[in-house]
Amino acid sequence: MTERTESTSRYKIDIRKKEYKEEMVHQVTSFTLMILFTFIAFGMVVMEISSYFVKPVLLLLAVIQVVFQLYYFMHMKNKGHAMPAMMMFGGIVIAIVTILTFTSIIWW
Amino acid sequence: MSHEDVLNPNQLPHDPEKATLEGKNKFIGFWMFLGGETVLFASLFGTYLALVRSTSGENTPENLFGLELVFIMTMLLLTSSLTSVYAMYHMKNHDFKKMQLWLGITVLLGLGFLGCEIYEFYHYIHEYGFTFRSSAFGSAFYTLVGFHGGHVVFGLSWIVALMIRNQKRGLNLYNAPKFYIASLYWHFIDVVWVFIFTVVYLMGKVG
Repeated sequence: MTERTESTSRYKIDIRKKEYKEEMVHQVTSFTLMILFTFIAFGMVVMEISSYFVKPVLLLLAVIQVVFQLYYFMHMKNKGHAMPAMMMFGGIVIAIVTILTFTSIIWW
Repeated sequence: MSHEDVLNPNQLPHDPEKATLEGKNKFIGFWMFLGGETVLFASLFGTYLALVRSTSGENTPENLFGLELVFIMTMLLLTSSLTSVYAMYHMKNHDFKKMQLWLGITVLLGLGFLGCEIYEFYHYIHEYGFTFRSSAFGSAFYTLVGFHGGHVVFGLSWIVALMIRNQKRGLNLYNAPKFYIASLYWHFIDVVWVFIFTVVYLMGKVG
């Protein structure tokens, strides 16, 4: 009986280790993409591409990097992260409103 | 789960950081804090964006910023984010020594970043005479980037304190949440840096 429980728990541990490995693969992939986006962002500025697209594209690259960071490195894609998501999205909404206010409505 | 079980390294469940009620509460509470931090940094970014054109003399973002150093700093911090992911991977597999090793590498990379930032500020002050009091742009710049640097200092002290304090204890259900939360904080520092190098340095160079 004890032998059987041991073998089941051993099996469960193996499954978990496999899950962690798979997660690791995703994380390394997202790291590679983040490095790539950083290179693109710096490259665009160093090569002095003068176009009104540059700033929006830079911001877009930053947002994609942060999404990778939050969802893969900080595990927000995993189960049990409804509360963190609520906190972060609440924070982000107020953050956007704050920046809009400071840059448009307030007279400095 | 009894007190002995909590402190026994051989009894670790999977996801040791959320196995106890205390760990769960820390996890929720810390994400609440991170939501607040997002708003805090947003107000600093808003101030910076509003004051970035209020320069004095030659010290404009275009003249001051050098992208080489910022690129090195970005790579250091991004890599340190990955090494702390490795540390948490070893924590979940209950390998305390490897976790300590990867946290140590994270700390070294963070120190490298900090060294670059101190050099940068020193350079601005002594070569350009660009200080906190030079202009509204100066105040906004040093407040935003300096606040982020302060977070790096705090994060490094936090991780080092945890590593030293738990060196002989090994991993257990009492300290696993602490390590996990410190690593979340470290990732958040990188999140803020992504926006700093984009909004302050790159967009400052574009003009």
